[in-house]
Amino acid sequence: MVRYIGQKVLIALATVFVLATATFFLMKLIPGDPFANDKVSVAVQEKQREYYGLDRPVAVQYVTYMKNLLHGDLGYSMKKTGRTVVDIIREAFPVSAKLGLFSLLISEAVGILFGILCAQFRGKWPDYLLMVVAILGIALPSMVLGPIVRYLLGVKLQILPVSGWGSFKQMLMPAFVLGLGTIAGNTRSMRASMLATTTQDYVKTAQAKGLPPVKVVLRHQLRNSLVPIIPNLGGQIAGVLMGSFVVESMFLIGGLGRYFVDSITNLDYPLIMGLTIFYGAFLVTMNLLVDILYGLIDPRIRMK
Amino acid sequence: MENRKLLEVKDLVVHFDTFQGAVQAVRGVSWYLKEKETVAIVGESGCGKTVSIQTVIGLNPRKNGSVRGGEVLFEGKDLLALTQKEMREYQGNQLSIIFQDPFTFLNPTMTVGEQIMEPYLLHSRASRQEARARALEILRLISLPNPEETMKRYPHQLSGGMRQRVMVAMALICDPKILFADEPTTALDVTIQAQIMELMNGLKEKLNTSIVLITHDMGVVANMAERIYVMYAGKIVEHGDAETVFHHPKHPYTWGLLGSVPRLDERIQSELYSIPGTPPDLIAPPKGCAFAARCRYAKQICRKCEPPRIGFEEPEHYAYCWLNHPECIRRNGVTVREEE
Ligand SMILES: Nc1ncnc2c1ncn2[C@@H]1O[C@H](COP(=O)(O)OP(=O)(O)O)[C@@H](O)[C@H]1O
Ligand SMILES: [Mg+2]
Repeated sequence: MVRYIGQKVLIALATVFVLATATFFLMKLIPGDPFANDKVSVAVQEKQREYYGLDRPVAVQYVTYMKNLLHGDLGYSMKKTGRTVVDIIREAFPVSAKLGLFSLLISEAVGILFGILCAQFRGKWPDYLLMVVAILGIALPSMVLGPIVRYLLGVKLQILPVSGWGSFKQMLMPAFVLGLGTIAGNTRSMRASMLATTTQDYVKTAQAKGLPPVKVVLRHQLRNSLVPIIPNLGGQIAGVLMGSFVVESMFLIGGLGRYFVDSITNLDYPLIMGLTIFYGAFLVTMNLLVDILYGLIDPRIRMK
Repeated sequence: MENRKLLEVKDLVVHFDTFQGAVQAVRGVSWYLKEKETVAIVGESGCGKTVSIQTVIGLNPRKNGSVRGGEVLFEGKDLLALTQKEMREYQGNQLSIIFQDPFTFLNPTMTVGEQIMEPYLLHSRASRQEARARALEILRLISLPNPEETMKRYPHQLSGGMRQRVMVAMALICDPKILFADEPTTALDVTIQAQIMELMNGLKEKLNTSIVLITHDMGVVANMAERIYVMYAGKIVEHGDAETVFHHPKHPYTWGLLGSVPRLDERIQSELYSIPGTPPDLIAPPKGCAFAARCRYAKQICRKCEPPRIGFEEPEHYAYCWLNHPECIRRNGVTVREEE
């Protein structure tokens, strides 16, 4: 197990390094100049460039950046003057994390539950109903789904607030819109996976013990059925992260997603770099955790 | 009480509905089991042995496999008339089973200790500690090396023989009245097979469990069973006590099965004999005797009419074969097993 994790950690570090390097050079290819501004004199613009080190060769800038990165220093934002990138992350990430985590928890649980129900009622109406929901969830992007849900629940029925952030009620709608894809995906994969385990021999053994059907499902089928769907979790976390860009601006939530979109339109180099590396490292860490979780659920992987 | 019938199966008929038609897996089978007795049901694969016993313990998929007739009397009560819920009281408790393949019949994500304790926790209302103690007791009984350690293992960490011992422990933990063993050694190496057979023989003495042993291997039966039912194409074709069936078999199919037992004492290690041909299609079983197509003694009547049950001098020795009919014997002389 230790070797298994050790290997995964090394790969994760290498991934972040490659990501940082690639982003650094790609970012320089975006046309435009962060300090180009008609209202400011050329001399001042030069001063600004010098201050941020943009006058030096790209290679030198790269080495300096990487050195600072090793110390956890992501530099200052060029546009939100006086604020470090780390500050911005510290302020906005908890909001995004809360939204993402909440959404993920609901959607994983609901998706898995739906999948189990579909498999148990295979070919009967609950199966068809949930599969329709699942297909809609995959087909509808959040830009379409979001406004529909806001109109129905927020404006027509007025049971949930249309936007804002803070209260539990305010969290429900964005979390649902963000998680519907995950619910849909999990319903489908869990259904297939449960159906595949129903005909396994060890399920017959469980029945032969006299276990009632609920216990056969929960104790013997569930864990084995989760094994093939765990690897989806990494992608689902990434999906929630990306989805949060749209959902945060739709529901006016001041999370990291909004800063990220702004940083690119503003060519705020340090903020682009900082947020990309942060997102990258975050995803890589999540994937690492998923790998470990996979090992915990299936002893055959853990003990290899 | 010695002679009481613990389990009696009467005229059991089981069909499976498939797209090709109904598979007549079990076509009117009757057998019984007495207390503390071991009986064997022997036949080639595909004869309906597994389906018969899985029906008895209520494990048939009700979806396409349905009991079309018959009774299964356990201590006088018809198990086929019970609801699934009532049946679960018996499963793993008074009626337990060892399956054929210890590689696929154990849950890969649960420690073997958990799996062994599970039926006991379910049926006896015991605490986890009591269940653990009971599991260890059983594991010692079947002389599994370091039981405490093994309990914490997962199936993939154990050898085939060990896994089959785990299956045995799981089946015995509730002290069942009847243990069904469905080809318990088929998936194992020859040396391990011998160990498991020895284990089961030993258990017969130590426990008061009756055993129904299913196998296609007459060699396995020789060491264990007191009585033998020979099954072919969903029917019993011969029955008798083990001695009689081994020494005075009356059905050509039984001759064939006996011919396929490797004899260590034989002069030549000849190639393993097997009955030519394959069992018939159970969707459209043949008229007359199902074995006629493969039987080298088959007469016209065998292909036309079903053979009646004919009894012999040993008590309860009977076979379903025209060769034993008085008329046939009068015309052709006494039936003799050709191999002898
Ligand atoms: N679920 C099922 N659906 C359709 N046919 C089945 C099913 N289970 C068993 N059968 C058929 O019933 C017959 C008897 O099978 P089985 O009892 O497993 O034989 P044995 O145990 O003697 O090898 C076989 O022809 C098999 O194909
Ligand atoms: Mg079988």
